[in-house]
Amino acid sequence: MALETKQVAMTGNEAVANAIKQINPDVIAAYPITPQTDIVQFYSTFVANGLVDTQMVTVESEHSAMSATIGASAAGARAMTATSSQGLALMHELLHIASGFRLPIAMPVVNRAVSAPINIHCDHSDTMAALTTGWIQIYGENAQEAYDNMIQAVKIAEDPRVKLPVMVCYDGFITSHAVENLVLVPDEKVKEFVGEYKPQHRLFDFDNPITFGPLVLPDYFSEIKAQEAEGMLAAREVILEVAKEYEKISGRKYGWFEGYKLDDAERVIVVLSSAAGTAKVVVDELRAQGEKVGLLKPRVLRPFPAEELVKALSGAKVVAVMDRAETFSTQGGQIFTELRAAFYEAPKKPLMRNYIFGLGGRDTTTAHIRTVFEQLKQDQERGSVDRKVTHLDVRV
Amino acid sequence: MASLKELSAIPEVLAPGHRLCAGCGAPIVVRQITRAAKGPLVVTNATGCLEVSTTVYPYTSWNTPWIHTAFENAAATASGVEAAYQSLKRQGKVDKEVKFVVFGGDGGTYDIGFQSLSGAMERNHNLVYVCYDNGAYMNTGIQRSSATPKGADTTTSPVGKLSYGKRENRKDLTQIMAAHNIPYAAQVSPAHWNDLYQKAEKAFAANGAAFINALAPCPRGWRHDSKDTIEICRLAVDTCFWPLYEVVEGKTRVTYKPREKKPVTEFLKAQGRFRHLFQPGNEGVLEEIQKEVDRRWEELLALEEISNR
Ligand SMILES: Cc1ncc(C[n+]2csc(CCOP(=O)(O)OP(=O)(O)O)c2C)c(N)n1
Ligand code: SF4
Ligand SMILES: [Mg+2]
Repeated sequence: MALETKQVAMTGNEAVANAIKQINPDVIAAYPITPQTDIVQFYSTFVANGLVDTQMVTVESEHSAMSATIGASAAGARAMTATSSQGLALMHELLHIASGFRLPIAMPVVNRAVSAPINIHCDHSDTMAALTTGWIQIYGENAQEAYDNMIQAVKIAEDPRVKLPVMVCYDGFITSHAVENLVLVPDEKVKEFVGEYKPQHRLFDFDNPITFGPLVLPDYFSEIKAQEAEGMLAAREVILEVAKEYEKISGRKYGWFEGYKLDDAERVIVVLSSAAGTAKVVVDELRAQGEKVGLLKPRVLRPFPAEELVKALSGAKVVAVMDRAETFSTQGGQIFTELRAAFYEAPKKPLMRNYIFGLGGRDTTTAHIRTVFEQLKQDQERGSVDRKVTHLDVRV
Repeated sequence: MASLKELSAIPEVLAPGHRLCAGCGAPIVVRQITRAAKGPLVVTNATGCLEVSTTVYPYTSWNTPWIHTAFENAAATASGVEAAYQSLKRQGKVDKEVKFVVFGGDGGTYDIGFQSLSGAMERNHNLVYVCYDNGAYMNTGIQRSSATPKGADTTTSPVGKLSYGKRENRKDLTQIMAAHNIPYAAQVSPAHWNDLYQKAEKAFAANGAAFINALAPCPRGWRHDSKDTIEICRLAVDTCFWPLYEVVEGKTRVTYKPREKKPVTEFLKAQGRFRHLFQPGNEGVLEEIQKEVDRRWEELLALEEISNR
C-alpha cells in the first residue's frame, strides 16, 4: 500500500493530540499548564464528540494526574497524561513510581522553563531534572517528529522487554504552537501499529489478585531496581526495532540521533530539538562557503546512546554541546557532561566546549549559531578550547 | 440487618498474619467495612501503618486486588483505577460488577491527601473512601496531625514546661466531606459494628463518591492496653467526642444518641496521651475540650433537626 503523502497544517500540540486520538487510550487524566494546555483541550473535544473510547479524568493537579494515570495503567488500561514544567516538577514523586511499577505510560512533555523566575517559554530544565526517574526520553525537533515519536513511544513502552514509561519531549511554543506542515499516518495503520494493550499483570484480575506497590525492604529492593535498569538496556534494541517498523508505515527514518552533514565534519554542534532546525540553516550557509561543519541532534537521552554518539563524533575535531538547561554543577549542562563521560575510553577525543543557551525562551538565531561555529574554528586553530562552559547571548 | 454470625461467614479480604500491632484499630475497620462490598473489590491504600504492615514483600495479607502508590494521593490513584473500570466496562473488556474502596490514615486524608481527596469527591468517582483515624502520624512515630485531639501528647506536640500537648482543636473532616455534597458521608466506630456495617453497605450502594470516617485507636500512640481498643471506641461515642451520623443527599441523621452523654474525661482518662491533663493546672484545658465537644454535638443535633424539617 502506498504511503500517505498528503500534508496537513497543524501546531505541534494539535499533531500530538491527533496522534493520541489515533492511539485511542482507555484513560487520560490531565491538568492544564502552558504550553501543554491545548493538548488537553483538543482531547476534551474529541471525548465530547464521541471520537474516542477514552475515559477522561479532569484531575485537580498534576500530582493527581500522574497518580490517576498510574492507577489506570496498573488496572490494565492504556493510560496517558501530558504536562510541562511546573507540572512535571509536581509529578516528580510519581515519575519514580510509574517506572518502579514498570507501567508503559507514554506522556508528551512540552518543554518549558522551571520557576523561579516564573516563565512560560521553552527550555529543557523540566525534563533534564527527570533524567534519573527511570523514564525513557525521546526529543523531537518539530511537529512531525513530535507526532511520530508519540506513536512510537506507545510501542516502545509496552514492549514486554522494556515495560517502562516514555516522555515524548518537544519545545514549548516553538514547536507546540507554531503551525507546520506534516504528514499523518492513516488512523487504521496507527491502530494496527500500536495494537491492543495486553498487560502481563493487571489489577483487574480477580482470579489472581495482585498487590501493587508493597513495602520492599533491603532484601529485595536492589533486585527490583536492577531489573528496571535491564528494561532500560532492552530499550536500546526496542527503540530501533520500533523505528524500523514505523518507517514501514510512514516512510520516515528514526534512530538515536540525526546527523546533518556530519560525515566529514570537523566542527560540530550537538543540540536537541527545535534549535537544531536553526543550526541546519547555518550549517548549509557555512558548507556553501566550504567550511567543514556539521550538526548532531540527539533524539534519545534515556537510555543514553553513548557508544553511538561517540562513534558519530569520532571524526570531529571540535564539538560544541549546546544545553538548554543549567545544572549548576559548574561543570556544564547535562548533555555535555554525559557526552564527555562517554568519550572517557575513546582513543580519539575531539575538543569539547559547552554552551548554555535559550533559557526561558530566549531566541536562538542563526547569528548565535554562527558565533558558536566561529568560536569552534578559533578553538580548532588554537588546538584547545579557551572556555569550557559559556552562557550564550547573556548580558554581563 | 445481618447477625454477627452471618457477618463472620463472609470471606475476608485481609488475611491474618499481618504485622499491625495487637489491638490496632485499623484492621478491625478494614475487616468490618470490606465485608459490606459483597463481591469483587479493589482496595487502594495510602502510605501509613496499614499499608506497610500488610504488604511486606514478598508477602501480602490482601487476597483481593490492592494498590498503593504514595502517601498523599490514594484518592487520585483510586480515581484512575475507577476510571479504567468505567472505560474498560464500556468497551466490554471487563464484565464484573466491581466495587472500589480506599483506606487512608488521618495524616494521608486530613492533611497531605486533603487536596486529592477533595478532587476525587468533587468528581464523584464511584468509590468509597475510608479514613481510619488514629489521630496522628503513627507510622513515622506518633506526630500530630490535624486530626489529633486538643491536649494530646505527641512527638511533635510534646508535653513540656510550656506545653500541655496539642493546642489546636481537631479539623472536622466528616463535615468538610459532607460539604462536598457527595451522595454519602458518615462517621463510624468499630464498637458499633452494626451501625458501621449498615453505613458501609449504603456507601457501597451509593452511586458515586462516598466518604466514611472511622475511629481507629492506636494502642501505641494513644497509650492504652490492646484489649481496651473497642471499649475506648465506645467511650468516644458515649462522650459524643466521636458522634455516629450520616449525611445522605444533604440530610444529616444522627444514627446513635447515647442515653446518657458521658463527660469527655471518661474518654480522655482511658489513654496515656492525655494523662498530663489530669494534673493540677490543666483543669482549664479539660474544660475547653468539654466545651468544644458540647458545641459540636449541639451543632450536629441542630443540623439533624434542620434536615427533618
Ligand atoms: C510525601 C511523603 N511525606 C512523608 C512521608 C512519610 N510518612 C509515611 S507514613 C506517614 C504518616 C502516616 O500517618 P497516617 O496517614 O495518619 O497513617 P498511620 O500511620 O497513622 O496509620 C508519614 C509522615 C511519605 N511517605 N511521603
Ligand atoms: S502503631 Fe498504632 S496504628 Fe500503627 S500498627 Fe501499631 S497500633 Fe496500629
Ligand atoms: Mg494516623
